[in-house]
Amino acid sequence: MGAHAPADADTFPKLLIHNARIRGARPAIRHKDLGIWQTWTWAQVLDEVRAFSVGLEELGVKRGDTIAIIGSNKPRLYWAMCAAQAIGAVPVPIYADSVADEMAYVLDHAEVKIAIAENQEQVDKLLSVSDKLPKLAHIVYDEPRGLRDYDHARLTWIDQVQKNGRDALKDPERLRRWERSVADTRGGDLAIILYTSGTTGRPKGVMLTHENVLISARNGNLFDQLGENEEVIAYLPIAWVGDHIFSYAQSYVAGFCVNCPEAGETVVEDRREIGTTYAFAPPRIYENLLTLTMVRMEDAGALKRRMFHFFIDFARKWGEKILNGEKVPLWARLVYKIGDFLVYAPLKNRFGLSKIRVGYTAGEAIGPEIFRFYRALGVNLKQLYGQTEASVYITAQPDGEIYADTVGKPNIDVDVKIDDSGEVLFKSPGVFQGYYKDPEKTAETKTPDGWVRTGDAGFFDPKTGHLKIIDRAKDVGRLNDGTLFAPKYIENKLKFYPNIKEAVAYGDKRDYVTVMLNIDLVAVGSWAERNNIIYGSYQELAGHPRVYEMIEKHVDEVNRSLVEEGPMAGAQIRRFLILHKELDADDGELTRTQKVRRGFIAERYQPLVTALYDGSKEADISTEVTFEDGRKGVISARVAIRDLTPIPVRKPAMEKAA
Amino acid sequence: MRAPSESDIAAGEVLLAVENVSLSFGGVKAIRDVSFDIRKGEIRAIIGPNGAGKTSMLNVINGFYTPQEGRITFRGQTRNKMRPHDAAAGGIARTFQNVALFRGMTALDNIMAGRSLKMHRGLFWQLIRFGPAMAEEVEHRLRVEEIIDFLHIQHIRKVPVGRLPYGLQKRVELGRALAMEPDLLLLDEPMAGMNLEEKEDMSRFVLDVNQHYGTTIALIEHDMGVVMDLSDRVVVLDYGQKIADGTPDEVKKNQAVIDAYLGVAH
Repeated sequence: MGAHAPADADTFPKLLIHNARIRGARPAIRHKDLGIWQTWTWAQVLDEVRAFSVGLEELGVKRGDTIAIIGSNKPRLYWAMCAAQAIGAVPVPIYADSVADEMAYVLDHAEVKIAIAENQEQVDKLLSVSDKLPKLAHIVYDEPRGLRDYDHARLTWIDQVQKNGRDALKDPERLRRWERSVADTRGGDLAIILYTSGTTGRPKGVMLTHENVLISARNGNLFDQLGENEEVIAYLPIAWVGDHIFSYAQSYVAGFCVNCPEAGETVVEDRREIGTTYAFAPPRIYENLLTLTMVRMEDAGALKRRMFHFFIDFARKWGEKILNGEKVPLWARLVYKIGDFLVYAPLKNRFGLSKIRVGYTAGEAIGPEIFRFYRALGVNLKQLYGQTEASVYITAQPDGEIYADTVGKPNIDVDVKIDDSGEVLFKSPGVFQGYYKDPEKTAETKTPDGWVRTGDAGFFDPKTGHLKIIDRAKDVGRLNDGTLFAPKYIENKLKFYPNIKEAVAYGDKRDYVTVMLNIDLVAVGSWAERNNIIYGSYQELAGHPRVYEMIEKHVDEVNRSLVEEGPMAGAQIRRFLILHKELDADDGELTRTQKVRRGFIAERYQPLVTALYDGSKEADISTEVTFEDGRKGVISARVAIRDLTPIPVRKPAMEKAA
Repeated sequence: MRAPSESDIAAGEVLLAVENVSLSFGGVKAIRDVSFDIRKGEIRAIIGPNGAGKTSMLNVINGFYTPQEGRITFRGQTRNKMRPHDAAAGGIARTFQNVALFRGMTALDNIMAGRSLKMHRGLFWQLIRFGPAMAEEVEHRLRVEEIIDFLHIQHIRKVPVGRLPYGLQKRVELGRALAMEPDLLLLDEPMAGMNLEEKEDMSRFVLDVNQHYGTTIALIEHDMGVVMDLSDRVVVLDYGQKIADGTPDEVKKNQAVIDAYLGVAH
């Protein structure tokens, strides 16, 4: 592990000067441009940032001003953050894909004085709303293409800004003044305002100090022993707290190199060239890589395909055990070695994961199959739970304690507690200062004694001691006996079975939990074919007794896993039915992003919900459906309801006795 | 390299002029006594219904066809016919109606091929790829990489062209033409067969080429919206004859043009 920064380097610009001094010749940032990786060392970055910083001052930026940064992951946009911080200004990164109006809201709310935009696209958006933004005095851009003929009265190229800075710095007094202004920055100063994308309501500006971000980054580095030799690729939005920590803060703290890809479409190739050692991605990135591989394998020759499937199956069986350092017979290790030579290593090379030491997935639940696939190949993929309000880190999985369905243990210096309603609260050095200009929302989120409400419901798994996130807190209810009921958690468990396409769980203010299920026509259809089950329609297949038998087994397994997990044991599924039609967004049963609309479905299938709770063995239902051409029709059916035998809950006392 | 303004073009220096050109294949008269000029820095559209002789006109300009009558003046030099290699060496590059790339070669190699006229070292040097030859190749590669960046095709740099979708092939072809650093770029239906989004992208590139590199562009195009938005001046052909010539607005109002496109009762 590389030498860590001294305690007096408590702000980003101070850290930059420190890094330029102790590892000036080491690479700090790379950018693939014109097909070649261009590198800047820490000493060069200091020079660039200093010139940029003084150039911004020349443009009239003062201590306390806010500066918007809009664009993709480019070295000069990262430098802009430090350049602003060095003179006491506050950077406000903005999502590059936001439309002009969203951008205008944030710029207005944050009272941005100068906007630094990546290219013509972003400049155009800014100009289109500039008459609504009286405070916005100037726009600085990175790529001059297409902007030649624009009116440059309020528009300047970064090169020009830096040149102005360099000219000013020829005066030694000016250099000293800049160094003084860096020395004047304090760990407790506001370092950045990150606007959360705001799935509900207007975006909120999360205020973080240098200390918030840097201590979190330092603890993150300690947690995974990250040093100056790491290579990361920066490709996630710079306005997202994850990128801010992984591609900016952790790099400044540990001194490792950040690589900016050539273009959005070249990330996979660029990652392969760099060979990242530390990676972070939402589940869909891992899913896409896997799907792409599977599709390509279908096109491969028969020999290669068989070899691939043999070794992948083998890896699924043994790979994770080897990675976790468990006891594995020698022969299995040998076969795994051969597989590594023939399949795993080339595959990891393709993914750009040959040198990976630590890979994180976060943001949403990852399918256990996908998670285990990467781990089986020997990729140390782990899960993490974080929030902007926490400067990312709340919990993470330590090496060797990896489970597909947990988010890990509290990070260094983080305290986590679960309140009576099941909501997860945390306390850490990374806790945000408040929402910018919104004390009301701040008070809702931060308790007076310093805890932060995450809005997520979860519990600590008694077996592993890891935190599990089950649902958004507002969706979590309780059964009449007071047992915690998290519908999405149960639904997700069911949906991990390929035969089950959709699940809708009920139980809030009821005596027990019931579910309505949709079978997956492709999976169940092919199962029916293999088992000589004849059916004429979806409805007939869905109602087939043998399908019910099979699904009943799945539901039973879900109940077993609920019992093992303790707090949810009382929320076992007692009764279920299989719906006679597929839930469809056209009928308003799903949202356009394929999420079930529980309330609406309960109204629409009122007779079925009643039947689930009145003990009847079957129920009649007729529903209106919209066909693809827009015509409407009515489907009627008699739907059977199955009861499940509840699995006895072992009392903790008994466990102790055993 | 500054984009010329409208007044510059109106008074502008003539880069290429065709005078009284006629071309026939046996008894078929493809072009009859057509004269027009292309001024430095403009985007000049050649439009007309099917079979009007547009592509033949481009082929005459870059020397692929030899007209029976008429003269071509390019950069002040007048001749009866252009030879393809004279045209290429003199700074005329073109793209084709049906993409004409080396399908088995990568996008990068295809664009590098556009540099062949600019390579000064002979075959021997290029084969040993050492010393001055290497330095030269590096220099050319830099130019090609700038074009790749300009056209946003970094992600397909190493992909064989045959595997690319049509819209991207068209872009690579434009890249190869740009690699020649032409003074005059002839585009034969650059947007044919594209969807709206691809057309918008391509229009953007055509405008950028004109502005950024100051390249004079002559293009044939069927999409009237594109033509009217992009071009500074338009020449209209019908049955091999010139029926109108002027700014997009003038041409739009011209009765002969309206008749040619909509048809008239005879």
